Amino acid sequence: MTEKRKLTIAVTGLNAIDSPGPGVAVIRGLKEAQSFDCRIIGLGYESLEPGIFMHDLVDKSYLIPYPSSGTDAILERIEFIHNNEKIDVLIPNFDAELYPFIRLEKTLADMGIHTFLPTLAQFEERHKVNLDEFGKKYGIKVPKSKSYHDLHSALKLSHDFEYPVLVKGKFYEAYVAYNDEQVKTYFNKITAKWGTPVIIQEFVHGSEFNVTGLGDGKGNTIAAIPMRKQYITDKGKAWGGVSISDYRMLELTGQFLSQTKWRGGFELELMKDKQNEFYLLEINPRMPAWIYLAVGAGQNIPETLVRLALGEEVKPFTEYKVGKMFVRYAWDMIVDIEEFQQISTTGEL
Amino acid sequence: MRIKNNVAVSASGLIFNPDTGESFTVNPMGAMIINELKEGKSQEEIIATTIEKYFVEKNTFEKDFEDFLGLLHNFSLVEND
Repeated sequence: MTEKRKLTIAVTGLNAIDSPGPGVAVIRGLKEAQSFDCRIIGLGYESLEPGIFMHDLVDKSYLIPYPSSGTDAILERIEFIHNNEKIDVLIPNFDAELYPFIRLEKTLADMGIHTFLPTLAQFEERHKVNLDEFGKKYGIKVPKSKSYHDLHSALKLSHDFEYPVLVKGKFYEAYVAYNDEQVKTYFNKITAKWGTPVIIQEFVHGSEFNVTGLGDGKGNTIAAIPMRKQYITDKGKAWGGVSISDYRMLELTGQFLSQTKWRGGFELELMKDKQNEFYLLEINPRMPAWIYLAVGAGQNIPETLVRLALGEEVKPFTEYKVGKMFVRYAWDMIVDIEEFQQISTTGEL
Repeated sequence: MRIKNNVAVSASGLIFNPDTGESFTVNPMGAMIINELKEGKSQEEIIATTIEKYFVEKNTFEKDFEDFLGLLHNFSLVEND
Protein backbone atom coordinates (compact mmCIF):
# COMPACT_ATOMS: atom_id res chain seq x y z
CA MET A 1 0.00 0.00 0.00
CA THR A 2 1.43 3.38 -0.99
CA GLU A 3 1.55 6.02 1.66
CA LYS A 4 -0.57 9.11 1.05
CA ARG A 5 1.25 12.42 0.68
CA LYS A 6 1.09 14.67 3.70
CA LEU A 7 -0.11 18.26 3.38
CA THR A 8 -0.15 21.07 5.89
CA ILE A 9 -3.41 22.96 5.57
CA ALA A 10 -4.30 26.16 7.42
CA VAL A 11 -8.00 26.72 8.06
CA THR A 12 -9.92 29.65 9.56
CA GLY A 13 -13.51 29.76 10.84
CA LEU A 14 -12.99 27.68 13.98
CA ASN A 15 -15.90 29.34 15.80
CA ALA A 16 -18.15 26.30 16.01
CA ILE A 17 -20.78 28.25 17.96
CA ASP A 18 -24.55 28.71 17.56
CA SER A 19 -23.97 30.63 14.33
CA PRO A 20 -21.00 28.55 13.32
CA GLY A 21 -18.06 29.26 11.08
CA PRO A 22 -17.38 26.52 8.53
CA GLY A 23 -13.82 25.71 9.69
CA VAL A 24 -14.49 22.62 11.81
CA ALA A 25 -16.75 21.08 9.14
CA VAL A 26 -14.13 21.83 6.46
CA ILE A 27 -11.46 20.14 8.60
CA ARG A 28 -13.63 17.03 9.02
CA GLY A 29 -13.80 16.78 5.23
CA LEU A 30 -10.03 17.25 4.92
CA LYS A 31 -9.35 14.56 7.52
CA GLU A 32 -11.42 12.12 5.43
CA ALA A 33 -9.61 12.94 2.18
CA GLN A 34 -8.68 9.93 0.07
CA SER A 35 -5.87 11.65 -1.83
CA PHE A 36 -3.80 13.01 1.07
CA ASP A 37 -3.22 13.02 4.80
CA CYS A 38 -3.12 16.39 6.43
CA ARG A 39 -1.80 18.30 9.35
CA ILE A 40 -4.26 21.04 10.25
CA ILE A 41 -3.18 24.48 11.38
CA GLY A 42 -6.14 26.29 12.91
CA LEU A 43 -6.21 30.06 12.49
CA GLY A 44 -8.45 31.78 15.04
CA TYR A 45 -9.38 35.33 15.91
CA GLU A 46 -10.51 34.76 19.48
CA SER A 47 -9.04 32.49 22.14
CA LEU A 48 -12.39 30.83 22.84
CA GLU A 49 -13.09 29.60 19.31
CA PRO A 50 -13.99 25.96 19.99
CA GLY A 51 -11.97 24.53 17.08
CA ILE A 52 -8.75 25.66 18.78
CA PHE A 53 -9.38 23.09 21.51
CA MET A 54 -10.40 20.20 19.24
CA HIS A 55 -7.05 18.45 19.26
CA ASP A 56 -8.30 15.42 17.34
CA LEU A 57 -9.05 17.74 14.39
CA VAL A 58 -6.67 20.66 14.76
CA ASP A 59 -2.97 19.89 15.23
CA LYS A 60 -1.79 23.38 16.08
CA SER A 61 -3.60 26.71 16.42
CA TYR A 62 -2.54 30.31 16.07
CA LEU A 63 -4.40 33.52 16.67
CA ILE A 64 -4.31 35.91 13.72
CA PRO A 65 -5.24 39.61 13.49
CA TYR A 66 -8.75 40.59 12.43
CA PRO A 67 -9.26 41.46 8.74
CA SER A 68 -9.79 45.09 9.78
CA SER A 69 -6.14 45.21 10.89
CA GLY A 70 -5.14 45.38 7.24
CA THR A 71 -3.27 43.07 4.88
CA ASP A 72 0.20 43.97 6.23
CA ALA A 73 -0.64 42.79 9.73
CA ILE A 74 -2.25 39.61 8.39
CA LEU A 75 0.67 38.89 6.09
CA GLU A 76 3.20 39.40 8.84
CA ARG A 77 1.40 36.89 11.04
CA ILE A 78 0.96 34.36 8.22
CA GLU A 79 4.68 34.66 7.39
CA PHE A 80 5.52 33.88 11.00
CA ILE A 81 3.19 30.87 11.04
CA HIS A 82 4.46 29.69 7.67
CA ASN A 83 8.06 29.79 8.91
CA ASN A 84 7.05 27.45 11.72
CA GLU A 85 4.64 25.19 9.88
CA LYS A 86 5.35 25.27 6.10
CA ILE A 87 1.74 25.71 5.01
CA ASP A 88 0.84 24.07 1.67
CA VAL A 89 -2.74 25.32 1.39
CA LEU A 90 -4.69 28.01 3.20
CA ILE A 91 -8.50 27.95 3.32
CA PRO A 92 -10.14 31.17 4.57
CA ASN A 93 -13.73 30.52 5.61
CA PHE A 94 -15.17 33.94 6.45
CA ASP A 95 -16.66 36.43 4.01
CA ALA A 96 -14.97 39.31 5.83
CA GLU A 97 -11.46 37.86 5.51
CA LEU A 98 -11.74 36.95 1.84
CA TYR A 99 -10.98 40.47 0.69
CA PRO A 100 -7.51 40.61 2.33
CA PHE A 101 -6.72 37.02 1.37
CA ILE A 102 -7.70 37.62 -2.27
CA ARG A 103 -5.41 40.64 -2.27
CA LEU A 104 -2.61 38.55 -0.75
CA GLU A 105 -3.14 35.62 -3.12
CA LYS A 106 -0.04 36.20 -5.24
CA THR A 107 2.22 37.03 -2.29
CA LEU A 108 1.08 33.87 -0.55
CA ALA A 109 1.65 31.84 -3.73
CA ASP A 110 5.20 33.20 -3.95
CA MET A 111 5.74 31.96 -0.42
CA GLY A 112 4.47 28.50 -1.44
CA ILE A 113 1.04 28.87 0.18
CA HIS A 114 -1.71 27.83 -2.25
CA THR A 115 -5.25 29.16 -2.12
CA PHE A 116 -8.29 28.67 -4.35
CA LEU A 117 -10.33 31.84 -4.11
CA PRO A 118 -12.73 33.81 -6.30
CA THR A 119 -11.28 36.81 -8.09
CA LEU A 120 -11.82 40.23 -6.58
CA ALA A 121 -14.29 41.03 -9.40
CA GLN A 122 -16.29 37.86 -8.70
CA PHE A 123 -16.20 38.54 -4.98
CA GLU A 124 -17.49 42.10 -5.43
CA GLU A 125 -20.06 41.30 -8.09
CA ARG A 126 -21.91 38.69 -6.02
CA HIS A 127 -21.89 40.91 -2.92
CA LYS A 128 -25.40 41.23 -1.50
CA VAL A 129 -25.11 44.97 -1.99
CA ASN A 130 -24.96 44.24 -5.75
CA LEU A 131 -27.46 41.37 -5.86
CA ASP A 132 -30.06 43.32 -7.84
CA GLU A 133 -27.53 44.03 -10.61
CA PHE A 134 -26.22 40.49 -10.45
CA GLY A 135 -29.69 39.06 -11.02
CA LYS A 136 -30.31 41.33 -14.00
CA LYS A 137 -26.92 40.59 -15.57
CA TYR A 138 -27.17 36.80 -15.34
CA GLY A 139 -30.94 36.39 -15.71
CA ILE A 140 -31.35 34.94 -12.24
CA LYS A 141 -34.44 35.75 -10.21
CA VAL A 142 -33.53 37.74 -7.09
CA PRO A 143 -35.76 39.56 -4.60
CA LYS A 144 -35.78 43.31 -4.99
CA SER A 145 -33.14 44.88 -2.77
CA LYS A 146 -31.57 48.25 -2.16
CA SER A 147 -28.58 49.43 -0.11
CA TYR A 148 -28.80 52.32 2.33
CA HIS A 149 -26.00 54.27 3.97
CA ASP A 150 -28.15 56.24 6.40
CA LEU A 151 -31.24 55.58 8.44
CA HIS A 152 -33.11 58.58 7.08
CA SER A 153 -33.09 57.19 3.53
CA ALA A 154 -33.83 53.69 4.76
CA LEU A 155 -36.96 54.92 6.50
CA LYS A 156 -38.27 56.13 3.17
CA LEU A 157 -38.22 52.53 1.97
CA SER A 158 -42.01 52.36 2.00
CA HIS A 159 -41.83 54.13 -1.38
CA ASP A 160 -40.08 51.08 -2.80
CA PHE A 161 -41.08 48.15 -0.62
CA GLU A 162 -44.04 46.62 1.16
CA TYR A 163 -43.71 45.30 4.70
CA PRO A 164 -42.37 42.94 5.86
CA VAL A 165 -38.83 43.49 4.61
CA LEU A 166 -35.49 41.93 5.42
CA VAL A 167 -32.87 44.21 6.97
CA LYS A 168 -29.44 42.76 6.27
CA GLY A 169 -25.84 43.54 7.24
CA LYS A 170 -23.26 43.71 4.48
CA PHE A 171 -21.47 40.61 5.79
CA TYR A 172 -23.72 38.91 8.32
CA GLU A 173 -27.09 39.11 10.08
CA ALA A 174 -30.56 39.58 8.74
CA TYR A 175 -33.79 40.52 10.49
CA VAL A 176 -37.41 40.61 9.35
CA ALA A 177 -38.94 44.04 9.99
CA TYR A 178 -42.70 44.65 9.93
CA ASN A 179 -42.72 48.42 10.41
CA ASP A 180 -40.59 51.57 10.43
CA GLU A 181 -39.78 51.20 14.11
CA GLN A 182 -38.29 47.74 13.57
CA VAL A 183 -36.33 48.94 10.54
CA LYS A 184 -34.85 51.66 12.75
CA THR A 185 -33.88 49.19 15.51
CA TYR A 186 -32.31 46.66 13.14
CA PHE A 187 -30.60 49.33 11.05
CA ASN A 188 -28.85 50.68 14.17
CA LYS A 189 -28.05 47.22 15.48
CA ILE A 190 -26.47 46.18 12.18
CA THR A 191 -24.52 49.38 11.52
CA ALA A 192 -23.05 49.27 15.05
CA LYS A 193 -21.60 45.87 14.25
CA TRP A 194 -20.95 45.76 10.52
CA GLY A 195 -21.08 49.36 9.35
CA THR A 196 -22.93 50.47 6.26
CA PRO A 197 -24.45 49.88 3.81
CA VAL A 198 -27.45 48.08 5.21
CA ILE A 199 -29.48 46.18 2.65
CA ILE A 200 -33.27 46.28 2.60
CA GLN A 201 -34.66 43.30 0.74
CA GLU A 202 -38.13 42.24 -0.34
CA PHE A 203 -39.29 39.42 1.91
CA VAL A 204 -40.10 36.31 -0.10
CA HIS A 205 -42.40 33.91 1.75
CA GLY A 206 -41.52 30.28 1.21
CA SER A 207 -39.15 27.46 2.09
CA GLU A 208 -35.41 27.83 2.41
CA PHE A 209 -33.04 25.84 0.26
CA ASN A 210 -29.28 25.98 -0.24
CA VAL A 211 -26.73 24.65 -2.67
CA THR A 212 -23.08 24.27 -1.83
CA GLY A 213 -20.59 23.59 -4.56
CA LEU A 214 -17.26 24.20 -6.14
CA GLY A 215 -16.39 26.04 -9.35
CA ASP A 216 -13.08 25.56 -11.14
CA GLY A 217 -12.81 29.15 -12.38
CA LYS A 218 -13.39 28.07 -15.97
CA GLY A 219 -17.17 27.84 -15.78
CA ASN A 220 -17.38 24.16 -14.81
CA THR A 221 -19.37 22.73 -11.93
CA ILE A 222 -16.95 20.52 -10.05
CA ALA A 223 -19.36 19.75 -7.22
CA ALA A 224 -22.91 20.72 -6.22
CA ILE A 225 -25.15 19.48 -3.42
CA PRO A 226 -28.67 20.93 -2.99
CA MET A 227 -30.08 20.90 0.53
CA ARG A 228 -33.38 21.73 2.15
CA LYS A 229 -33.21 23.28 5.60
CA GLN A 230 -35.29 21.17 7.98
CA TYR A 231 -34.58 22.87 11.29
CA ILE A 232 -33.76 26.57 11.44
CA THR A 233 -32.45 28.35 14.54
CA ASP A 234 -33.63 31.76 15.72
CA LYS A 235 -30.55 33.15 13.93
CA GLY A 236 -31.78 31.63 10.69
CA LYS A 237 -29.07 28.98 10.60
CA ALA A 238 -29.76 25.43 9.48
CA TRP A 239 -29.53 23.06 12.44
CA GLY A 240 -30.71 20.16 10.32
CA GLY A 241 -31.01 19.60 6.58
CA VAL A 242 -31.35 16.95 3.92
CA SER A 243 -29.73 16.50 0.52
CA ILE A 244 -32.31 16.62 -2.26
CA SER A 245 -32.48 16.08 -6.01
CA ASP A 246 -34.21 19.20 -7.35
CA TYR A 247 -32.84 19.48 -10.89
CA ARG A 248 -33.80 23.18 -11.09
CA MET A 249 -31.44 23.99 -8.23
CA LEU A 250 -28.64 22.15 -10.04
CA GLU A 251 -29.47 23.97 -13.27
CA LEU A 252 -29.40 27.31 -11.48
CA THR A 253 -26.03 26.38 -9.97
CA GLY A 254 -24.69 25.42 -13.40
CA GLN A 255 -25.97 28.72 -14.79
CA PHE A 256 -24.30 30.66 -11.98
CA LEU A 257 -20.97 28.88 -12.47
CA SER A 258 -20.85 28.89 -16.26
CA GLN A 259 -21.74 32.58 -16.46
CA THR A 260 -19.58 33.93 -13.65
CA LYS A 261 -16.73 31.38 -14.02
CA TRP A 262 -16.74 31.25 -10.25
CA ARG A 263 -13.50 30.03 -8.69
CA GLY A 264 -13.72 28.29 -5.33
CA GLY A 265 -16.29 27.05 -2.88
CA PHE A 266 -19.64 28.78 -2.52
CA GLU A 267 -23.13 28.56 -1.11
CA LEU A 268 -26.28 29.73 -2.85
CA GLU A 269 -29.13 30.70 -0.52
CA LEU A 270 -32.48 30.20 -2.21
CA MET A 271 -36.12 30.69 -1.32
CA LYS A 272 -38.88 28.75 -3.05
CA ASP A 273 -42.13 30.69 -3.07
CA LYS A 274 -45.69 29.35 -3.20
CA GLN A 275 -45.57 29.30 -7.00
CA ASN A 276 -42.56 26.97 -6.78
CA GLU A 277 -40.25 29.68 -8.15
CA PHE A 278 -36.72 29.90 -6.79
CA TYR A 279 -35.31 33.26 -5.76
CA LEU A 280 -31.59 33.68 -5.16
CA LEU A 281 -31.26 35.48 -1.83
CA GLU A 282 -27.52 35.47 -1.38
CA ILE A 283 -24.26 34.02 -2.70
CA ASN A 284 -21.80 33.21 0.03
CA PRO A 285 -18.28 33.20 -1.41
CA ARG A 286 -17.00 30.26 0.61
CA MET A 287 -18.02 26.84 1.86
CA PRO A 288 -20.91 26.88 4.36
CA ALA A 289 -20.94 25.55 7.93
CA TRP A 290 -22.97 22.54 6.70
CA ILE A 291 -20.27 21.54 4.18
CA TYR A 292 -19.81 18.18 5.92
CA LEU A 293 -23.19 17.13 4.52
CA ALA A 294 -21.61 17.33 1.05
CA VAL A 295 -18.87 14.98 2.27
CA GLY A 296 -21.49 12.63 3.70
CA ALA A 297 -23.45 12.74 0.45
CA GLY A 298 -20.40 11.67 -1.55
CA GLN A 299 -18.75 14.90 -2.69
CA ASN A 300 -15.74 15.82 -0.58
CA ILE A 301 -15.65 19.49 -1.53
CA PRO A 302 -12.90 20.54 0.95
CA GLU A 303 -10.57 17.81 -0.40
CA THR A 304 -11.32 18.75 -4.01
CA LEU A 305 -10.77 22.44 -3.29
CA VAL A 306 -7.32 21.62 -1.90
CA ARG A 307 -6.47 19.63 -5.04
CA LEU A 308 -7.58 22.54 -7.24
CA ALA A 309 -5.49 24.92 -5.11
CA LEU A 310 -2.48 22.72 -5.77
CA GLY A 311 -3.13 23.02 -9.51
CA GLU A 312 -4.29 19.43 -10.02
CA GLU A 313 -6.82 18.38 -12.63
CA VAL A 314 -9.97 17.10 -10.96
CA LYS A 315 -12.95 15.34 -12.46
CA PRO A 316 -16.34 16.89 -11.72
CA PHE A 317 -18.53 14.89 -9.37
CA THR A 318 -21.50 13.49 -11.27
CA GLU A 319 -23.55 11.98 -8.47
CA TYR A 320 -24.38 12.22 -4.80
CA LYS A 321 -26.64 10.52 -2.28
CA VAL A 322 -30.11 12.03 -1.97
CA GLY A 323 -31.79 11.82 1.45
CA LYS A 324 -28.61 12.22 3.52
CA MET A 325 -29.34 14.40 6.53
CA PHE A 326 -27.24 16.42 8.90
CA VAL A 327 -28.38 17.13 12.42
CA ARG A 328 -26.15 19.59 14.22
CA TYR A 329 -25.45 19.35 17.96
CA ALA A 330 -23.81 21.37 20.70
CA TRP A 331 -21.06 19.71 22.71
CA ASP A 332 -19.32 20.89 25.84
CA MET A 333 -15.58 20.24 25.80
CA ILE A 334 -13.65 20.22 29.05
CA VAL A 335 -10.54 22.32 28.66
CA ASP A 336 -7.73 22.98 31.13
CA ILE A 337 -7.27 26.63 31.99
CA GLU A 338 -3.59 26.25 31.01
CA GLU A 339 -4.59 25.75 27.38
CA PHE A 340 -6.77 28.85 27.43
CA GLN A 341 -3.95 30.74 29.13
CA GLN A 342 -1.46 29.59 26.48
CA ILE A 343 -3.57 30.59 23.47
CA SER A 344 -4.55 33.88 25.12
CA THR A 345 -1.06 34.95 26.08
CA THR A 346 1.17 33.46 23.37
CA GLY A 347 -1.37 33.27 20.53
CA GLU A 348 -0.46 29.63 19.92
CA LEU A 349 -1.67 26.25 21.12
CA MET B 1 -52.58 9.56 -11.32
CA ARG B 2 -49.52 7.84 -9.93
CA ILE B 3 -46.94 8.45 -7.22
CA LYS B 4 -43.76 9.97 -8.63
CA ASN B 5 -41.12 7.34 -9.22
CA ASN B 6 -38.52 8.88 -6.97
CA VAL B 7 -40.83 9.35 -3.97
CA ALA B 8 -39.75 6.93 -1.25
CA VAL B 9 -42.34 5.28 1.00
CA SER B 10 -41.13 3.25 3.98
CA ALA B 11 -42.99 0.28 5.46
CA SER B 12 -43.70 2.38 8.56
CA GLY B 13 -45.43 5.09 6.50
CA LEU B 14 -42.72 7.75 6.11
CA ILE B 15 -42.86 9.46 2.74
CA PHE B 16 -39.79 11.34 1.49
CA ASN B 17 -39.92 13.57 -1.56
CA PRO B 18 -36.31 13.84 -2.79
CA ASP B 19 -37.13 16.78 -5.08
CA THR B 20 -38.27 19.05 -2.27
CA GLY B 21 -36.76 17.41 0.82
CA GLU B 22 -40.20 17.29 2.44
CA SER B 23 -41.17 14.29 4.53
CA PHE B 24 -44.61 13.20 5.72
CA THR B 25 -46.01 10.42 7.83
CA VAL B 26 -49.19 8.50 7.01
CA ASN B 27 -51.11 5.86 8.93
CA PRO B 28 -51.13 2.23 7.71
CA MET B 29 -54.17 2.86 5.49
CA GLY B 30 -52.43 5.81 3.86
CA ALA B 31 -49.26 3.77 3.36
CA MET B 32 -51.26 0.98 1.75
CA ILE B 33 -52.98 3.39 -0.64
CA ILE B 34 -49.69 5.03 -1.59
CA ASN B 35 -47.98 1.70 -2.19
CA GLU B 36 -50.89 0.58 -4.39
CA LEU B 37 -50.70 3.83 -6.36
CA LYS B 38 -46.96 3.19 -6.75
CA GLU B 39 -47.69 -0.29 -8.06
CA GLY B 40 -49.86 1.33 -10.72
CA LYS B 41 -53.23 0.10 -9.46
CA SER B 42 -56.27 2.01 -10.64
CA GLN B 43 -58.33 4.14 -8.27
CA GLU B 44 -61.24 1.68 -8.60
CA GLU B 45 -59.00 -1.22 -7.60
CA ILE B 46 -57.66 0.72 -4.60
CA ILE B 47 -61.18 1.62 -3.46
CA ALA B 48 -62.25 -2.00 -3.74
CA THR B 49 -59.25 -3.34 -1.78
CA THR B 50 -59.52 -0.71 0.95
CA ILE B 51 -63.22 -1.04 1.69
CA GLU B 52 -62.77 -4.78 1.85
CA LYS B 53 -59.79 -4.65 4.17
CA TYR B 54 -60.99 -1.84 6.47
CA PHE B 55 -64.76 -2.47 6.40
CA VAL B 56 -65.56 1.13 5.49
CA GLU B 57 -68.68 2.34 3.76
CA LYS B 58 -68.01 2.90 0.04
CA ASN B 59 -69.44 6.45 -0.29
CA THR B 60 -67.63 7.68 2.79
CA PHE B 61 -64.34 6.16 1.65
CA GLU B 62 -64.62 7.53 -1.89
CA LYS B 63 -64.96 11.05 -0.46
CA ASP B 64 -61.99 10.61 1.89
CA PHE B 65 -59.97 9.00 -0.91
CA GLU B 66 -60.56 12.01 -3.13
CA ASP B 67 -59.42 14.34 -0.32
CA PHE B 68 -56.33 12.20 0.20
CA LEU B 69 -55.46 12.30 -3.51
CA GLY B 70 -55.90 16.07 -3.40
CA LEU B 71 -53.39 16.25 -0.55
CA LEU B 72 -50.89 14.10 -2.46
CA HIS B 73 -51.34 16.41 -5.41
CA ASN B 74 -50.86 19.55 -3.29
CA PHE B 75 -47.63 18.18 -1.90
CA SER B 76 -46.39 17.34 -5.42
CA LEU B 77 -46.11 13.67 -4.65
CA VAL B 78 -48.11 12.51 -7.66
CA GLU B 79 -48.10 13.03 -11.39
CA ASN B 80 -50.77 12.37 -13.93
CA ASP B 81 -50.52 9.32 -16.21
